[in-house]
Amino acid sequence: MNPFTYARPDSVDSALDELKAQPNARLIGGGTNLIDLMKENIEHPTRLVDVNRLPLGGISELPDGGLRLGATVTNAETAYNALVTARYPLLSETILAGASPQLRNMATNGGNLFQRTRCYYFYDTAMPCNKREPGSGCAAIGGYNRIHAILGTEGSENQPTACIATYPSDMAVALAALEAVVQVTGSNGERSIAFADFHRLPGNEPWRDNTLEPGEIVTSIDLPAKGFNQHHTYLKLRDRASYAFALVSVAVGLEMEGNSVTDARIALGGVAHKPWRKPEAEQLLIGREATPDNFRLVAENLLAGAKGYGHNTFKIDLAKRAIIRALGEAMRSKV
Amino acid sequence: MIAETRSKPAGRSPLQTAAPAKPLPGVEPGSVTLTVNGQAKTIQIAPWTTLLDALREYMNLTGTKKGCDHGQCGACTVLVDGKRINACLTLAVMHDDHAITTIEGLASPDGGLHPVQQAFIDHDAFQCGYCTPGQICSAVGMLHEGHAKNKADVREGMSGNICRCGAYPHIVDAVLEVINKAEKQP
Amino acid sequence: MTYIGQPVKRVDGRDKVTGKAKYAAEFNVPDLTYGYVISGTIAKGKITRIDSSKALALPGVLTVFTHENRPHTAWFDMSYKDQDAPPGSPFRPLHDAKIKYSGQPVALVVAETFELARYAASLVEVSYDEETHETDLEAHLSEGREPSIGMATLIKPLPPKPRGDADAAMAQAPVSIKAHHVHGPQHHNPMEMFGTTVVYEGEKKGKPYFTIYDKTQGAPNSQLYVKQIFGLSLDQVRVISPYVGGGFGSGLRPQYQLFLAVMAAKELKRSVRVTLTRQQMFTFGHRPQTVQDVELGAAADGTITALKHGAIAATSQFEDYTEVVVNWSGMLYDVPDATLEYKLKSLDLYSPLDMRAPGGVTGDHAIETAMDALAYELNMDPVELRLKNYSEKDWTEDDKPFSSKELRECFRQGAERFGWASRNPEPRATKRGDVLVGWGMATGIWDASRMFARAEALLTVNGKLRVSSATADIGTGTYTIMTQIAADTMGMPIEDVIFRLGDTDMPMAPIQGGSWTASTVGSAVKQVCEDLKKTLFKLARKSSQSPFHNADFKEVIFRNGQMALRENPSIAMSLTDIVSLNGGRAVSETSTSMPNPLELKKYSRHTHSAAFVEVEVDEDLGTVTVTRAVSAIAAGKILNPRTARSQIIGGMVWGISHALQEDSKMDHRYGRFMNHNLAEYHMPVCADIHDLDVIFVEEHDEIVNPLGAKGIGEIGLVAMPAAIANAVFHATGKRIYDLPITIDRVLY
Repeated sequence: MNPFTYARPDSVDSALDELKAQPNARLIGGGTNLIDLMKENIEHPTRLVDVNRLPLGGISELPDGGLRLGATVTNAETAYNALVTARYPLLSETILAGASPQLRNMATNGGNLFQRTRCYYFYDTAMPCNKREPGSGCAAIGGYNRIHAILGTEGSENQPTACIATYPSDMAVALAALEAVVQVTGSNGERSIAFADFHRLPGNEPWRDNTLEPGEIVTSIDLPAKGFNQHHTYLKLRDRASYAFALVSVAVGLEMEGNSVTDARIALGGVAHKPWRKPEAEQLLIGREATPDNFRLVAENLLAGAKGYGHNTFKIDLAKRAIIRALGEAMRSKV
Repeated sequence: MIAETRSKPAGRSPLQTAAPAKPLPGVEPGSVTLTVNGQAKTIQIAPWTTLLDALREYMNLTGTKKGCDHGQCGACTVLVDGKRINACLTLAVMHDDHAITTIEGLASPDGGLHPVQQAFIDHDAFQCGYCTPGQICSAVGMLHEGHAKNKADVREGMSGNICRCGAYPHIVDAVLEVINKAEKQP
Repeated sequence: MTYIGQPVKRVDGRDKVTGKAKYAAEFNVPDLTYGYVISGTIAKGKITRIDSSKALALPGVLTVFTHENRPHTAWFDMSYKDQDAPPGSPFRPLHDAKIKYSGQPVALVVAETFELARYAASLVEVSYDEETHETDLEAHLSEGREPSIGMATLIKPLPPKPRGDADAAMAQAPVSIKAHHVHGPQHHNPMEMFGTTVVYEGEKKGKPYFTIYDKTQGAPNSQLYVKQIFGLSLDQVRVISPYVGGGFGSGLRPQYQLFLAVMAAKELKRSVRVTLTRQQMFTFGHRPQTVQDVELGAAADGTITALKHGAIAATSQFEDYTEVVVNWSGMLYDVPDATLEYKLKSLDLYSPLDMRAPGGVTGDHAIETAMDALAYELNMDPVELRLKNYSEKDWTEDDKPFSSKELRECFRQGAERFGWASRNPEPRATKRGDVLVGWGMATGIWDASRMFARAEALLTVNGKLRVSSATADIGTGTYTIMTQIAADTMGMPIEDVIFRLGDTDMPMAPIQGGSWTASTVGSAVKQVCEDLKKTLFKLARKSSQSPFHNADFKEVIFRNGQMALRENPSIAMSLTDIVSLNGGRAVSETSTSMPNPLELKKYSRHTHSAAFVEVEVDEDLGTVTVTRAVSAIAAGKILNPRTARSQIIGGMVWGISHALQEDSKMDHRYGRFMNHNLAEYHMPVCADIHDLDVIFVEEHDEIVNPLGAKGIGEIGLVAMPAAIANAVFHATGKRIYDLPITIDRVLY
């Protein structure tokens, strides 16, 4: 860990000023990933700006019937919040499937969006990694890549695949399914980023995990009114029962009339550089009966074009199985 | 060998600058006051000192353990304003306005053990003892949270604390006993 | 006996639940400096340059040690050999420019604070000349060779010579099975990371003195290592290790942080602490990768007629680490035609290191899953098949009888507790909701060894007993059971007895491993207390006024803190009164307890177990859960059923971990372990562990030691992986040969 100075502003404006003053400044919320990465010599901020005194706490109702999750609210507070458990049980369940109680007590909603990959090669500075050291190569390709991406990794003729890292957050998988909106503010004012646009695929800039501009701060995550609180599930497959990252995870929200699906959201975790959604696949369900055959069609469509890299190839089929199971559970689930 | 993808000199991350003659910003210690187990103490630390290292190396409170230093084992669990957290992933400077409780602060001043401590002894809920302070602080934090009602809840709620000796069944028994006793009391 | 055999609560319990128990890196002294290790990044080659200038330019950085400026240490390999060193040439930290394995320590930065040392380490630049390395055992299976013979192979014998003609018998067997198993490497990963605090005590008459707090399973082992390498005398080096945050074998050898911390302290004349990072916990000893082939042939009635069990394991280029992998098959089954083989292949890795049930858990998984497969071929119950082939003697050791073997009772009681009788043997036939349920069982076996040890017993003028021996308590309960043994032997209330350990100022004891501590140190504690009683008796009868003046030692008993006449207990003297006859001084004895090797050698001495396991397998998703398990253990006298149960349960958790989760994954292109952290090196969390039950089967053994206790550190683990794998087969009808049985292996 390199030396840095520390600031704890109490207004968003002064936090923005801090970021402006030092390009190598970083925000710290819970610190659960940033401190880890600093100890590993992967992140090297020279100034840390503590966001915990910013007026970005609280969970409040929005006029459109949605819910605003303050950026500095912890994952645990969010998961156990009465409004969240009643209206967005999928989010609550998903948060509680991630990390550990201690980490959820520390990690903030804003910070969760900035978790970096768990790729072994990214984490080991002795190894080449395009995400950590642009241009050094991707050691995961051809290496031990059991936990790596199967979707969204394709390169092009001029640009071979640069990175097969996955984005490890559980919470974000539910946020993707719920079509949350990320509210940010920067020196150019405020803007809203649709969740699908917040994280990005590696392309030829794998070091960029998201579309936030330098100097911007996430102020809240807004949930639209539709919460799928009748039919939902989060299925997480991992190598142990708890406190492990997903090999594959699926967040499902359904709306149903009788046995017929009227709306469907399916997001995958552990399979790509961002939570993976494919509205076209979801459309296949809408207006149809919730049957295993239809679920299979959706699963096949969602995984179409998936590519394995050896150790992780099993995840293509595993993801399909997980989708079918999760859809079945969501169909049956009732709050 | 695939030396062609390997940068030489081998494997160091970027951001290296020549060392300056004068101390770097951030290295110079400053005063930070931490309130631990009800007592305020001022120590001289730089911002890069984690809460865990501050407790162990600067305040001689070595009951809080370092098992991985990366939030992957739970041995460093302490209570901050009553909530269980991993002390290894947070900076001491971030906690000058919080009440920190460590394993050393759970027993009453007259030496009477906290019910969770006593239950751990009674159920032989540890072997080497290294994860134990973290397990106990975690259990106390979990009891405050109030979500754990049954065996399955306890197993999940205690899953942020790895015990390599494998004392889990006894840990669950110990924590359940405390939960059940608390429920019986009005 | 008042205490032995009773579930006495851990005497160190209070210290452990209050945070008072101090581990090696927790002894804080004024002006302590901190060392941070820099790990190498290549698997083989040479360091061409180390540039420490940026680190050294930081105020507060004291120095950077590398192979170029390392102070002089001993010349000969012999000096680097510790009590658990395999044959070969031990690794010497910072010895020269050569890189022998990935993660090798290449430099030590010492600074005034931990944070500064860590930062400075990131500024040191190391360049290498890489050479081609070989780390993949599976690419070299045909290159196995015989292991070297050394001290280690005395304790861990190589396979016996072939017996009969296994190939011919196999060809004739009406029923036979064959299996090939690959076991990956594993790392011990005790929760406490390796650390050493060296307190520089200053110089006396030009000689430096050191008090060393080390994480070790044997303080004397560390002391001798330091003494030899740094040219010190024993009185200059005191090693203290009162608490050890888990060992599992990793502390059987001094690790490189000890060398580095002592080197720095001696050179800088400062106190130094060096603690490894979790990543660095993957840069010394591991359970070796092992590939096994097993064949069993049997008659139609289930009698096994042919056995072939071969293993090849990886070792380093500098030492021949061996473990007993295949011999167990012969100890369990008295097969007339049998071949057992064990080979090594040297690769560019660190030397493997004994890890809980070393070799035993590896070999047992192979033979006991083979037995299960054979049972299915024969259409026999797996327990029946084992009873049919129950062995009363050990042909791997010249047909010696077992000193005791209550394995039959393990089968009977274990099966009964588990409800084995209601098992439908048909695979895939048992379901619970949508998940498949499988029941499997396996036999376990481990050594019941005894070494020599010394102990001291001292009765204070206040009538308190202090007993000590330089052994360790790695969580096993040594403190507690030794206190029980001492209290019972002396006939004193346990509150008046304190047992201390882990200090080289105490009488010598061997490293704590191999499940031999209860047997070895327990015997020494019993011995020294017996000797102390004699001394007290002599003291008491000295005076002509003494009621014992004409008594013989055989005529007295010690109980309730008193010595009394057996025939007339009203004639008694309190121990405090006896000590007061010693002119105001305490009374002490130091004794050596030696096993009688000639007597012991007449017997094959082992613990046995039967594990019964239930799994649930979600076949659509590939997940396996061990929902319940029963282990029935025959391990002689159980000294403390409370701590013993914890030991066995811990072993069972290790079994679940071994079968379903643990695997150190190496990228052979780099020869480097890649999942070197606790997020990706999976071992069970609380949610993985369900109902585990332990039965201690009564077993009397007067051969193993005077206590009749056999040791239980490993036996809880041995049978579990095979039982789990067999249960997975019963659930799914699919035999998965390699471990761990992860989702992908269940599905594909």
